[in-house]
Amino acid sequence: MPRDFLKGASGEYDVIVIGSGLAGLTSANALARSGHRVLLLEQHYKLGGMATWFKRPGGHIFDVSLHGFPIGMVKSCRRYWTREIADSIVQLKHVRFDNPMFSLTTLYNREDFTRLLTGQFGVSQERVEAFFEAARGMNFYDEQQQTVGEFFEKFFPGRGDIVRLLMEPITYANGSTLEDPAITYGIVFSNFMSKGVFTFQGGTDRLIQLMHEDLIRSGVDVRIRADVEQIHVERGRVAGVTVNGRFIKARAVVSNANIKTTILKLAGRENFTPEYVAETESIRLNNSSTQVYMALKPDERVDESTGDLLFSSTAPSFQTDLLLSRDITSRTFSFYYPRTRPEGKPRCLIVSSTNAQYEDWINLSDEDYQASKDDLIETTLESLDRYVPGVRKKLDHVEAATPRTFRHYTRHAQGSSFGTKFEGLAVSRSLPAQVQGLFHAGSVGIIMSGWLGAINYGVIVANEVDALLLSKSTTPVG
Amino acid sequence: MTSEEIREVIIDILTDIAPDEELGDLKDDVAFRDQLELDSMDFLDIVMELRKRYRVQVPEEDYGELASMQSTVAYLEPKMQDLEKA
Repeated sequence: MPRDFLKGASGEYDVIVIGSGLAGLTSANALARSGHRVLLLEQHYKLGGMATWFKRPGGHIFDVSLHGFPIGMVKSCRRYWTREIADSIVQLKHVRFDNPMFSLTTLYNREDFTRLLTGQFGVSQERVEAFFEAARGMNFYDEQQQTVGEFFEKFFPGRGDIVRLLMEPITYANGSTLEDPAITYGIVFSNFMSKGVFTFQGGTDRLIQLMHEDLIRSGVDVRIRADVEQIHVERGRVAGVTVNGRFIKARAVVSNANIKTTILKLAGRENFTPEYVAETESIRLNNSSTQVYMALKPDERVDESTGDLLFSSTAPSFQTDLLLSRDITSRTFSFYYPRTRPEGKPRCLIVSSTNAQYEDWINLSDEDYQASKDDLIETTLESLDRYVPGVRKKLDHVEAATPRTFRHYTRHAQGSSFGTKFEGLAVSRSLPAQVQGLFHAGSVGIIMSGWLGAINYGVIVANEVDALLLSKSTTPVG
Repeated sequence: MTSEEIREVIIDILTDIAPDEELGDLKDDVAFRDQLELDSMDFLDIVMELRKRYRVQVPEEDYGELASMQSTVAYLEPKMQDLEKA
């Protein structure tokens, strides 16, 4: 008989959270701390969603999405998680760019960027100040007519090199492009510029382990291998979910699944107004990625001057379509030194990431798919050899992930690794107005993407769920 | 609760949210954001703490009322006048 992953689960909860990405985890924790009975359901055997890792023989642990986040993570982890988690956040001090236009290393904060822009790039102090202030003053409810490209053009007309410096890391962080609304850029860029780029010491495995322990302390009923098939809606209200074939009742449901999947598949379009369904269908998913994971032999080291994050490109200029092309010219390398996991085995690992289109990978025959993966690995090693000479000889393990891999593990539609474009945010926010008690917390609208965006969005949604549950318990309905 | 007590409640919450800030010199008629390093998540925390501690609900469309101490106290007075300070 297959194992019952819901053994001992109750037939009813105040809140069911579907999916354990960082938004789902944080929502679940915040709601349990507020005294609600919370059930967290994850289809995979590990918690974390895209905040994940995997182990390979030889003591290697690869982080899939731990590349760097803004300082705001410290505050959010201290408040909504634990002091121990917040205290494990450390700065990445070597952010490096290498392309035909310029080569430099930076702390990636406002002070250092001001130094670069006024020095190496020859822009006046006033212009740089004005640019930073304009970016910092942007709010998510501001007008969205201006694109990122237009915003740059206003401050640095004709300066493709500056656009590249300002945009490449953000594209890498959240998949956004020069064609997206300027506010998505301003908000995320300003978050990073406030203090620089930070990472989690101990790796993703330690973070998720610590979060899991805190969820248990908070009283969340955590279930893995629990696949939600349906969200039940009765008379315009959420009633519960069917998971692994079993119905469980809930007063509220928070879906951390993809927003389109939540509405069109899990709940079903018949529960929403036609206008809302149309709006949902028109949401553009963000692009996906390919990654190459490389582990060095246990006694091999990469010199730390190579950088923590390296934005490498051979493309003569910065263009969005070039970034997504199968003919890869731009790669971002994340270098993980033994200090990433001070308590683990000392290892050096490198993860190369490139934004990619789902369509380019999904229709390949098995044979072509394998050949394409091999080619991806080969060209990546070739590119990396410039920074880590003789890297091929130093390798213990190498493998590649594609949009197909991401879809397999996260069940994201189109293997999307950055959620949705901007319009996804409005649909996500207005979900409870369609079905009472049904909420969405997950990577949407670019600004709610990334580790910090996901955690904060989880808190924002938990606040709304708590308000609803409280109003329901004081004024009985039905 | 009197308006003075409501003010104390807010100071108490702000002390938890922004432990590094000097709140003794806070000017009631000047926006919090012009005096303190607060972001939108901090304002959400104020709302969540008010609900947790006093069961006071502040709907999202009213978040703007929490701009300064003066406007916050004025907004909360009718909601909290019948409550006892914890």
